[in-house]
Parts: sequence; C-alpha cells; structure tokens
Amino acid sequence: MVKIEAVLQPSKLDAVKDALLEAGIEGMTILEARGHGRQKGHTEFYRGREYTVDLLPKVKIELVVHDEMKEKAVQAIIGAARTGRIGDGKIFVSPVSEAIRIRNDERGETAL
Amino acid sequence: MALAQATAATPAAQAPATQAQIAALQQAVQNAQSAGDNAWMLVSAALVLLMTGPGLALFYGGLVRRKNILGTMMQSFAMMGLVTIIWAIVGYSLAFGHGNWFIGGFEHVFLRGVGLTPNPDYAATIPEQTYMIYQLMFAIITPALITGAFAERMKFSAMAVFLGLWSLLVYSPMAHMVWGVGGLLNATGGHIPSLDFAGGTVVHVTSGVSALVTCIYLGKRVGYPHNNFPPHSMVLSFIGACLLWVGWFGFNAGSALGASPLATSAFVNTHFAAAAAALGWTVAEWIHNGKPTALGAISGAVAGLVAITPASGFVQPFSALLIGLVAGIFCSFMVFAVKSRLGYDDSLDAFGVHGAGGTLGALLTGLFAASVINPIFKDAAGNTLPSGAIDGHWGQLLNQAAGVGIAWMLSIAGTLLLLFAVDKAIGLRVSAEDESAGLDLSQHGEEGYDLNS
Repeated sequence: MVKIEAVLQPSKLDAVKDALLEAGIEGMTILEARGHGRQKGHTEFYRGREYTVDLLPKVKIELVVHDEMKEKAVQAIIGAARTGRIGDGKIFVSPVSEAIRIRNDERGETAL
Repeated sequence: MALAQATAATPAAQAPATQAQIAALQQAVQNAQSAGDNAWMLVSAALVLLMTGPGLALFYGGLVRRKNILGTMMQSFAMMGLVTIIWAIVGYSLAFGHGNWFIGGFEHVFLRGVGLTPNPDYAATIPEQTYMIYQLMFAIITPALITGAFAERMKFSAMAVFLGLWSLLVYSPMAHMVWGVGGLLNATGGHIPSLDFAGGTVVHVTSGVSALVTCIYLGKRVGYPHNNFPPHSMVLSFIGACLLWVGWFGFNAGSALGASPLATSAFVNTHFAAAAAALGWTVAEWIHNGKPTALGAISGAVAGLVAITPASGFVQPFSALLIGLVAGIFCSFMVFAVKSRLGYDDSLDAFGVHGAGGTLGALLTGLFAASVINPIFKDAAGNTLPSGAIDGHWGQLLNQAAGVGIAWMLSIAGTLLLLFAVDKAIGLRVSAEDESAGLDLSQHGEEGYDLNS
C-alpha cells in the first residue's frame, strides 16, 4: 500500500478528481491548504500599500492505493493538473504499513 | 379632499370667496407643503442613519482584520445608542439652542420646547422634532467616522467615553457655529459667513482632523507598518460603501430641509461628485500601481461624497463633477503618499478621506458657490449678492478658510484634551495581548465568524 499526497492548484481539483475516479480509484480525502513552493506568492495593493501574500490557497488530495495502482494514479493526477507553468504543485508517495476499516476492523489491503 | 367638498358645497352664484375661505385655503396649502417636506425629511433622517449602520459599520468592518470586525462595527453601533441619549439630554440644545457665537444654550435641555410645531429659526415647514431627529443622525455619524483612525486598538470603554464627550465638546459647538442661530460662522447672519450646506466642516473636517490627532496620540498598531494589515473582506466594505453613497442623498439633499428644487440640486451634485471622484481615484491608482482596485473605486466615491457635502446646495452640476474629480485624485494622493511619508497609522484613512476631502470641499465651495443655485447672500434691500469666487465674491474664499481653520483648531484642542483626560482616567489602549487576540474576543467575548459551528 502507498499513500499518494498531491498539492494542487485549487482550480484543478475537479479535473484531478474526475481523472482519479476514471482510473479506478475509489476513495480520497481533500484538504484545503495554504502554501507555496518555488512559485512564491503574489502582491496585492490596498490603498497604495503593497502586500506580499506568500501563502497561496492550495488543495491537498490524499489517497491510499494498492502498490500496482500507484503509477496509474500518479499519471492521472499529472495528466489532469499539469499546465506546464510554475505553481502546478507536487506529488509525494510514501509506504503505508496498515489500513483498518473502522466499521468491522478489517485489516490490510482489503480494507482500502 | 375636505377642501374640495367644502368648495363644492358653496353655491357658485354666491359672493366671492370670504376671508374665512381664503384662510382655509392658505392653511390647506401650508399643510400640503408641510406634509411633503416632512415626508422627505423623515426619509432623509432614516437614510442618514443608514450611513452609520450598516453603511459605515460594514465599510470599516470589512477593512479590518477578521478578529476585529465586531469590535469595529460595535464602535459605530455604540454611537447610534450613546449619541442619541446625549443629544436628547443636552446635545441638541448646545447645538441649536440660543447661545453665543460658539455654543448654544440650555433652553432645549431634555428636549424642552422641542415639539411637533415648526421652529422657524431652522425649518418653517417641518415639526421641530423632525429637524431634531434629522440633525441627530449627523451627530451620530460624525464621531463614528473617527473610529476608522484608531481601528483595532482602542478599548471599548475608552472609545465610548471619549466619543460621547467629543460629541458635546467638539460636535455641538461646531454645529452651533455653522448652523445655529447667532453662530459665528452662520451663512446668514454670522460674523464670518461661511458656506457649509451639509457638514463639510461640521462633520468631515471635525471628524477627520480629530481622527488624525487620535491616531497619532494613540500610536501605531503593533507590527505597523512592517506586518500586513490587509482588509479581511472587501465584499463587506463594498456593500458598506454603496450604502454610504445611497445614504448620502439623505445627508446632502435632506439638508435642503424640504422637498424643494434645492434638494434636487443637492441630490444631483452629490451623485455627480461621487461618480467623478470614483473615476479620479481609480485612474490615479491605475497609473500609480498599475491596477484599478475595488477599494480604490469605493474609497474615491466616499472622498467625492465628502468633498461635495459643503458645496452640495450651492454649486452647479458641472462644478460638482469637477469638485469630485479633484477630491478623488487629491485624497488618493493623501492616502498613498502623505500617510506613508509621515508614518502615522490612520488605519482606515479617516483623515486622508474625511479630513483632507472635507477641507478641500469647504475651500472649493468658496470657489464654485453660485447664487443662481442658492441665493444665500442678500443685501439690506433683499437683492441677491454673488456667492462664491467665480460668482465674483472672492472674499468668500477667506470666509471658507476661516471656517475650516476654526474647525481644525477646535478639533485639535478638544480631541487632545479629551484623549489626555480619558487616558489618565481609564487608559485608552488595549494591552498588547488583547490587541493580538483581537477586539472581538478581548472587548466583547464574541467572534464575528465562528467557522466551526
């Protein structure tokens, strides 16, 4: 089992969600987040004063999948979220040691 | 209706109308005018209250950080309660009672003698209580305007004591000097006849200058100017500014004190100036910063409304457009350049908009006032004299400058005195911890937005 975390532009959320469902992913968790990478922030003007906003709104999408689904899920996210411009976001993949279904205490890959 | 029936009941063949019939007719005409004027003035009073709450409360509330929205709105709302009570007890009397050059007397304390018959000293066609309640709405918004300068850092208790006393020590005398019978600056009969149709000096110069004094006395917010203090909701500010614009029709056109052609003139001028100033500020900012912002557009509109206030019942529509345009550019310059150069923390630009715009508007009134719009000055024989400089009366510029100068001096002295006294008695400023927690929690034990419920 692997956990895939992807930080995305909020505007790409719907496209990524659809692509993942199409790729056969059944569950995911979405978090509203703020952050920045190399893109840094932007500037805003209020009554002539310049403000630097360095934490931008992002969404973070988390899913845990079978190992063999990893590449398919990653490709779905990249395909839907990429614009080619700075600020498209990042994907992190990490191993997961256990999954437990709370309803019936089912353990392991079948709990996904 | 009653009159029509009475007339119809009289046989046409009888003698010409009797004295009694003429008197009845005159009374009916008077009643009709009174009804029309009173209807407009009551609506105007309601419109002016709309400017404070929700207008100003939303405008200022949106401009502060999220943790201070209730504290900021409560400062405006508190004036709606507090100043009303003070006005009823003694404020109205000190402003509009018979007194000396500087302040009214005590004849109307507890509204004694302020009834439902007109007071011809001020408005001969509306009940004096209508006039009293209309003027009260001005007395409410004026101290509320000051709150923009000390936003996010004054104790609620200190704010209430300071602004309550301010309405007696600064507002009532200034209103008396400009509008009161026997006032020093009264346009008809005052020693220095100064033109102020709806409160350029009485409302905007006093509040704006007092705002500047207060924010300097109180000091900057913790972290200013290094930290960001962006508005937390431009949407609220936008709604507030639009309500101010609408309410201002009551403020300026209502100051004709009747449903007269002069009210139309003030209405048109008010709208024209707001539009031109919104344009002026927006274009200035577009050139200065590269983008036309929503906050710039609404701030410009308010600046134009401020500047046209003293002139609204004296000038021609195209003068109003010009006054608005100049005010929009001038006030944006005051806010963009002067504030950061001098370094004071006038948090929501109460001085930059009201003090600067009010001063500019009062002076431009002396330039553009036209006797064809409002024949305010007359010679002993009753002939109309020129009003402003362009009319041929250059001396009026000096009268206007005197009015502005007195408003500045009274505001600086009165505000300093009160701030000093209140600071010594109960302290003005919240603690650094309370400031960091926000006024909503520290002063009121509430939050404007509960995002978890």
